[in-house]
Amino acid sequence: MPLSKFTAPTSKEISFRMDKIPDHIWRQCPICHQSFYEKKLGQAGVCPECGYGFRLGAQKRVEQVADQFKPIDVDLKAPAQFQDAKYLAKLAKARQVTELNESVLTGIARTGKQCFGLGVMDSRFIMGSLGSATGEKITRLFEKCTQEKLPVILFTASGGARMQEGIHSLMQMAKISQAVAEHSVAGLLYVAVLTDPTTGGVTASYAMQADIILSEPRTLIGFAGRRVIEQTIHQKPPVDFQRAETLLKHGFLDAIVPRAELKTTLAKLLRWHQKGGQAE
Amino acid sequence: MSSSLTAYERVLAARKASKISIQTLINGLCDDFMAFHGDRAAGDDPAVIGGIGLLGEQPVTVVGIQKGDDLAENNARHFGCAEPEGYRKALRLMTQAEKFQRPIVALINTPGAFPGVDAEYHGQGSAIAQCLLTGLKLKVPYISVIVGEGGSGGALALAVGDTVWMFENSVYSILSPEGYATILWKDSRKAPEAAEQMGLTPEALKAAGIIDRIIPEVIDAASLASFKQALCQKLQQLQAQSVPELLSERRARYRQF
Ligand SMILES: [Zn+2]
Repeated sequence: MPLSKFTAPTSKEISFRMDKIPDHIWRQCPICHQSFYEKKLGQAGVCPECGYGFRLGAQKRVEQVADQFKPIDVDLKAPAQFQDAKYLAKLAKARQVTELNESVLTGIARTGKQCFGLGVMDSRFIMGSLGSATGEKITRLFEKCTQEKLPVILFTASGGARMQEGIHSLMQMAKISQAVAEHSVAGLLYVAVLTDPTTGGVTASYAMQADIILSEPRTLIGFAGRRVIEQTIHQKPPVDFQRAETLLKHGFLDAIVPRAELKTTLAKLLRWHQKGGQAE
Repeated sequence: MSSSLTAYERVLAARKASKISIQTLINGLCDDFMAFHGDRAAGDDPAVIGGIGLLGEQPVTVVGIQKGDDLAENNARHFGCAEPEGYRKALRLMTQAEKFQRPIVALINTPGAFPGVDAEYHGQGSAIAQCLLTGLKLKVPYISVIVGEGGSGGALALAVGDTVWMFENSVYSILSPEGYATILWKDSRKAPEAAEQMGLTPEALKAAGIIDRIIPEVIDAASLASFKQALCQKLQQLQAQSVPELLSERRARYRQF
């Protein structure tokens, strides 16, 4: 039987894709395995061969997609009920590495004349897992934007559930879904941008609940982990079965947008959903 | 209550072959039940049973995730692991219930959503996400009952009702204790320790405010009758509320997490 519905890609694959990439002038793409000069990654951090977007910290992502950004709930932390020493150490390390309080950075952003709620998950923070404080921050972002009649743009990146918080992690899916539903009922726009990797409970809730669902090229998107599927069906799934391109083909993404075009694309979508449509 | 069982013994009890099947439970609860099939898009998942039945005097929509009684049935039903088609069928029937102002009873016994290549291609994540998004806003009374295993997002998909109950011998968790032990200690044999840590028993979950009520295990006509009575009473209470009241209480229930 399946071990877990929330298992991320193997830790080997993950470490390969993020922190272990050496800071040398040569870089290798984890998707197409091409090597190239570091400077070819450019400002956006994209593989010159296949367009895969190397993983970004939340703050970097915010810089790439917004002109201004005012963070909210920056002090919100995992509830005190979680006292396991190993978990607390993990949280402390993640905070140190990311300079974030939790696995998502939320706030109110501005690009040109467009004002919007912006949330960016950070896969460096315990694999972008969905902790209670992550859930609370995202819920509050939607609630604030419902109140202030603002659209929401959310960049997802997650290995799924926060194991150390057990069932409380699962409940975040319900709590956030409710806030998304209320924001939607109010007639407001929600755009999700699924970034590498978006898996498990995040895929099974707010990543897939947006009005418009975008992704970057070559992004890993799925519900169950590859290993769990392999153990269940006793076969190796196709290499690209959980890539953005496959999801697009099967009808679960609206569009794949190269990283360099995301800012202008998002600004356009925000404009089109404003009262008065095209007004700049 | 069998609180003398260890957490892992409770896991085993939840999985026991003698556990009442969802179909038997539906037949026992409903005077008449007609199953409906299909998600109106791609297929009909045998792991999900759905339809209309008479609970006492009134028609209710019942949806359930069902394991098999034998190997052939278990293979067809993926041992109670629903596919996207199953979640879409459940959601279709639940929104139909809303249209006809019919209450909903969800009966859950699943180790989790089915992990398969086709399930991924057909949008397992999306299907569960829609069950949550729409389920939380349904304008009719919605009772969720975990009868055996309540495994992660695949169980949560049907467990966002106005009230969530658990059978005495059932468990509800983010993943199986075997999976938890494998990830944390790289040793699935430590599942008993994992079960203790995870707080997956009805008592632990009730104390944590995750569920609202523990139902004595249904093993005979008397225990079935008392479960049925509990359902009818709760439905009556929920139906006495206005729609805004119902939705605001449901909202408060999930906002607290
Ligand atoms: Zn590449």
